[in-house]
Amino acid sequence: MEIQEIFGVLKEKFGDAIIDLVNEPPSDPFINVVPDKLFDICLELRDNPEFDFDYLMCLSGVDYPETLQVVYHLYSLNKKHKVVLKVTVPKDNPKVPSIERVWRSADWHEREAYDLFGIVFEGHHNLIRILLPYDWEGHPLRKDYKEPETYHGIRVPY
Amino acid sequence: MGLLDRLDNPFETGGIILGTLEDVLNWGRSKSDWYLHFGLACCAIEFMSMNASHFDFMRFGIIPRATPRQADFIMITGTVTLKMAERIKVLWEQMAEPKYCISVGSCANSGGPYWQYGYHVLKGVDRIIPVHVYVPGCPPRPEAMEEGMMKLQSLIDQQAIFRKRQRIAEEEALLKNKI
Repeated sequence: MEIQEIFGVLKEKFGDAIIDLVNEPPSDPFINVVPDKLFDICLELRDNPEFDFDYLMCLSGVDYPETLQVVYHLYSLNKKHKVVLKVTVPKDNPKVPSIERVWRSADWHEREAYDLFGIVFEGHHNLIRILLPYDWEGHPLRKDYKEPETYHGIRVPY
Repeated sequence: MGLLDRLDNPFETGGIILGTLEDVLNWGRSKSDWYLHFGLACCAIEFMSMNASHFDFMRFGIIPRATPRQADFIMITGTVTLKMAERIKVLWEQMAEPKYCISVGSCANSGGPYWQYGYHVLKGVDRIIPVHVYVPGCPPRPEAMEEGMMKLQSLIDQQAIFRKRQRIAEEEALLKNKI
């Protein structure tokens, strides 16, 4: 399926929850969606035999000046087509529904995004830090992050 | 004339070599070091080839140990993150005296490429444990690690065992004069 078709079918089913399709080559075309309906949209993308997206290639976080963004790269191993979903949330309340129950590979990806960006995935069964120590303060990949002076009595700056 | 004649030809039958007991012990110690290998990053990949047949690390009399209790020295090969730093400290404290540390690669020496924006990287393993030999490189060639090993051996060769307290007092006096 082409991205236009996928967008059309989704728009028909979910209406306002699908914001727009951005298709600017050479970058991959992507669909902006609202956070509230994300879980249902993902379920549809996985279970509808026309889409058959059975593989979550990547889940990444992005830090913009005003907002935080989560990007989902999906691929269908049978149909050989792919789609990119983007969800934008405000920085003061970065809550995105977890899609861990749709694709199990999202489990650790979401923990990583939480660890490094502080994006809270609601409904995740075990949303704890995955890379940094559990008692770490702050989320280091945010642009306004300041590295700590000491960690457990060890000086951190060079 | 008995003893002195035999000193001239020490390797003939019945020959003798004069030396101190300390030298003999140090000679034995420096040629049979067991190490706790602590591979953390790409330096550990280089260390694998060091252990393999081409460079053959074991010809230094070295045997890898999986536990700090049996190790004489520890090789820190790679990037030390703050999370791992505490584990390294515990391992170092578990090792029996006398113990030594070789820091291999730029990351373990000083943070390496992560020196500026590495919020999670320890900028040099010498911030948590004493380091006896630094091996520079990113990652160092196995030859460089061999050189580091030989440096450690010569360090052990010169160590005081019996005159330890006296030697330490002398060193402290020297340090005081320097400061």
